[in-house]
Amino acid sequence: MIDDFDTIAAISTPAGSGGLAVIRVSGSKAVEIVCALFEGRPSLDKATPRTAYLGKFFSVANDSRDETRELLDEVIVILFRAPNSYTAEDVLEISCHGGAYIANRILQAVTERGARLARPGEFTQRAFLNGRLDLSQAEAVADLIGSKTAASLNAAIAQFQGGLGDRVRDIRGHLVDICSMVELELDFAEEDVEFADKKDIVERVKSVISEIASFILTYQRGRILREGVKLVIVGAPNVGKSSLLNTLLKEERAIVTDVAGTTRDSLEEQLDIRGHFFRIVDTAGIRATEDAVEKLGIERTYKHVKEADVIVFLFDGSRVLLEEDRSLVSEVSRMCGALKDKCVAVINKCDLKQNVKGSEIKSAFALDVIVEISALRHEGLPMLEKALLSAAQLGLMSETDEPVISSLRQKNALDKGLVALKKTLDSLDRGLSGEFIALDLREAIACLGAVIGDVTTEDILENIFSRFCIGK
Amino acid sequence: MIDQKYDVIVVGGGHAGVEAALVAARMGAETMLVTMNIFTLGQMSCNPAIGGLAKGQLVKELDVMGGEMGLLTDLAGIQFRMLNRSKGPAVWSPRAQCDRALYTQCARQACERQERLDIRQGTVKRIETQAGKVCGVRTESGNLIESKSVVLTAGTFLNGIIHVGEVQYASGRAGEFAAEGLTECLLALGFEFGRLKTGTPPRVDGTTIDFSKMEIQPGDDIPTPFSFRHNRLDVEQLPCYLTYTNPQTHATLEAGFSRSPMFADRIQGIGPRYCPSIEDKIHRFSERERHQVFLEPEGRSTTEYYVNGFSTSLPEEIQLEGIRTVAGLENAKVTRFGYAVEYDYFFPTQLHASLETKLIRDLFFAGQINGTTGYEEAASQGFMAGVNAVLSIRGQTPFVLGRSEAYIGVLIDDLVTKGTIEPYRMFTSRAEHRLVLRQDNADLRLMDYGHKYGVVSEVDYKRMLEKRHHIEASILALQGLKFGPEKINPVLQQVESSPIKEKEALYTLLKRPEVKLVHLAKLADLDILNNGDDPFWQQVREQVDIEIKYEGFIKRQMEQIERVQRFGSKQIPRGFDFGKIKALSSEAKEKLGQIQPSTIGQASRISGVSPADVSVLLVYLAR
Repeated sequence: MIDDFDTIAAISTPAGSGGLAVIRVSGSKAVEIVCALFEGRPSLDKATPRTAYLGKFFSVANDSRDETRELLDEVIVILFRAPNSYTAEDVLEISCHGGAYIANRILQAVTERGARLARPGEFTQRAFLNGRLDLSQAEAVADLIGSKTAASLNAAIAQFQGGLGDRVRDIRGHLVDICSMVELELDFAEEDVEFADKKDIVERVKSVISEIASFILTYQRGRILREGVKLVIVGAPNVGKSSLLNTLLKEERAIVTDVAGTTRDSLEEQLDIRGHFFRIVDTAGIRATEDAVEKLGIERTYKHVKEADVIVFLFDGSRVLLEEDRSLVSEVSRMCGALKDKCVAVINKCDLKQNVKGSEIKSAFALDVIVEISALRHEGLPMLEKALLSAAQLGLMSETDEPVISSLRQKNALDKGLVALKKTLDSLDRGLSGEFIALDLREAIACLGAVIGDVTTEDILENIFSRFCIGK
Repeated sequence: MIDQKYDVIVVGGGHAGVEAALVAARMGAETMLVTMNIFTLGQMSCNPAIGGLAKGQLVKELDVMGGEMGLLTDLAGIQFRMLNRSKGPAVWSPRAQCDRALYTQCARQACERQERLDIRQGTVKRIETQAGKVCGVRTESGNLIESKSVVLTAGTFLNGIIHVGEVQYASGRAGEFAAEGLTECLLALGFEFGRLKTGTPPRVDGTTIDFSKMEIQPGDDIPTPFSFRHNRLDVEQLPCYLTYTNPQTHATLEAGFSRSPMFADRIQGIGPRYCPSIEDKIHRFSERERHQVFLEPEGRSTTEYYVNGFSTSLPEEIQLEGIRTVAGLENAKVTRFGYAVEYDYFFPTQLHASLETKLIRDLFFAGQINGTTGYEEAASQGFMAGVNAVLSIRGQTPFVLGRSEAYIGVLIDDLVTKGTIEPYRMFTSRAEHRLVLRQDNADLRLMDYGHKYGVVSEVDYKRMLEKRHHIEASILALQGLKFGPEKINPVLQQVESSPIKEKEALYTLLKRPEVKLVHLAKLADLDILNNGDDPFWQQVREQVDIEIKYEGFIKRQMEQIERVQRFGSKQIPRGFDFGKIKALSSEAKEKLGQIQPSTIGQASRISGVSPADVSVLLVYLAR
């Protein structure tokens, strides 16, 4: 235990009135302090840990020569002896009657005897520093204390489920190999060793890129499992967006209807499609407008589109394609890059005379999945469901038991690594010298290192020495 | 007592010792250099070359801060090459073959002419201390020389043992005594030591070499000086020669392996992996049919050649037999045989980043005693130790270079933070901020320090400031200078660069790899576009070309540096008790306690300290 820690105290129950309030005291003087204020049997210093004791709690005024004791409340005290407590120090929990007044008086009494008011998160912090919390919880502590730097270093703290750590370590190992091949030429240019073939390096980098990309995908899946598939319906005005939504809601088991979305302009509905959890956002129609309020709505629509796991483009089959349809698709694809994977083109009103063909949409917008429905007559819905499930890549999820990335920071680190590797490819493509290629490779290695632990330049040299004959 | 009391005593007159003594005296300290042999001041014990990959950067850094090595190399150089020219500027490294005898002569001259620097031949037996602070040294004759600080640069001499075949004898360098007694004195003071090994190849008589069977390696057409104080070098250069071993060589040498001290386990010390003996190369890479052998001249006034790549401690007759299997060396006569030398070193983790020992105040270690190999690594440490010895007795803040500032910073941080179990050599890959630590910008990075400590002259400093100013001003001007196709396209055509259609800033054009400032000469009335041959402006142009061409990369590197500094610079109080933090792993506690890092950044680089441990520290210190 850290002996230079003073004794701290705080009210551990939420502010406001309740049936009970708990004051927690932790530190080497906790027993001594509370002992002096509590009258019960036996005396607290001889009490059995983790046992409830009923007694009277006093405040002791020390300002005159006489001690004046004032009864505050009848309380239950539980003693936890170090290291078997939350903080791994001596801890006392005092349960008093609810209400801010009594709890505050007790806290005051404790602090008057030498305890210090704890800062937010300090009990947890002590638990961590005393080795009481495991590493994954440490992250939360660091965040609590608000140290950004700690958070960035903490990225390595293991939070892995399954073999993710091993897999990332493997990938990083590949990168260290590649980097050694690149750097060999820089420090040992004079040596009679064979330098790496550029094509080979490009191939290796590419294969690492696809591996990392597949990992990032697991984050997407993990998130979908927790938060549901975000499905956004976009389309020109009056193509039938709302009726599609209503149809889906009627057809399927709506979980909660009409939960207010984040904005007035987009409603979010939650429903269950064949056992999978979907959040459906019906967006405001997108069109050129000068109206300020409408513009705001359109901006929000774009935000939803960017976050979407699945996008449904809705077209009106009863009329020819309009400029509105075209600009909508091009605008969305400008924002989201490649659309193919997560987009479903839906031609509505298939019950009316058709003026748009699926092939026309396919060729005009390079969209692969086309479904024809009638929202009004509930036609074509099974096909649509199938298309939605496939676009959300839910099929993949159940088939594999690959490790899933759970934390956003791990995902961000991998994202950054991916960016660095793409820059590496770019440098290779431009025929740049090894030190530039190594800059981005090292960045990528550091990013992966941030997920599982650090890498040092030593790793690269180590690798070189073990594989090449150096020494002129 | 026969001597005055000195401010600084430097023990040892190798590359570390010379730099330490010179800089201390130049900073105004009364300095004494004690050497075992006054004729070998600044002796190049192994290969007759200074610089090379990453080492050239060290010499340039030293030079701009007021060190001596660059000057000496320019004076004694007989062949100059800029290595890695086909790669980017960050990994270009200058190297020079030197006249060994001339180098030593120049080093001795520099020391002799230095004011406030006394030289004494003698062997130091004891470091004298009082209450945890150094107070002088005692020589073998029993003479006590008092001082306020001591810089110990003992090289390979501490209990040096030379091995050749089955023979071994005490010696620090062929033909010279070992230093005995000093290690034992340091052990008594509480220091911990280890054994290292290094080797050197045979030398042969050049008149018996058939160079026609070898590949000639000339120097650069225009030699690049090491020292910023020299604009150009007028030197007649000598070539080196390249030849190869062959399967017969390998078989011959292998036949002697059973008599090698390496394979017979007579040598315990660990040798450098990147400078292996020829027997090591044959043993570890048996699939290789040949290894390079460079013949390097020992000097102008001697016919002796250094057989680089053939470091060996095999018995002499095997060495000779093996050498004579190499093309061009069939009739070679060996003048000196190769040998391995084992010596004591002290774990550098016992030092602060200032190179002061943690155990004894005002006692500094520099050079091979800290486990490094190489003249340049030694000189760098010698210089830093010399500066810090003076700063320490003046009660001033130590001079510590960061990893993002200089290779010297990387070198010392690696040593004191990670320690080393094999001879440590510098590589560009050790420097994570390599792109900004270039040999061409050493003055811009580091001359401020040399000036601050009073060892760089006002004239030189002013010149650097002017250079810095013109670089910045020129870049701005080039951003504003725009020209249309009619004026620019003819220029672009000359360098086979694609033509432009609209007005472009010169700055933008300079981003193209094939376009350089020289191509844009006289396009506008701007200093940088004129002044063709002026060495000052050539240097400015070089910097501007690099800064513009590699702007994106340099920027990214700077961002990385900032990121590292943001968390890394957080201070850990001196004497901090890591043992009291329960959440630290026991290995981390031990290592942290041992190294006593001064910043979080340093702590994070200690092996055995995991990122989780670092976050524990951060949380604890942020309380």
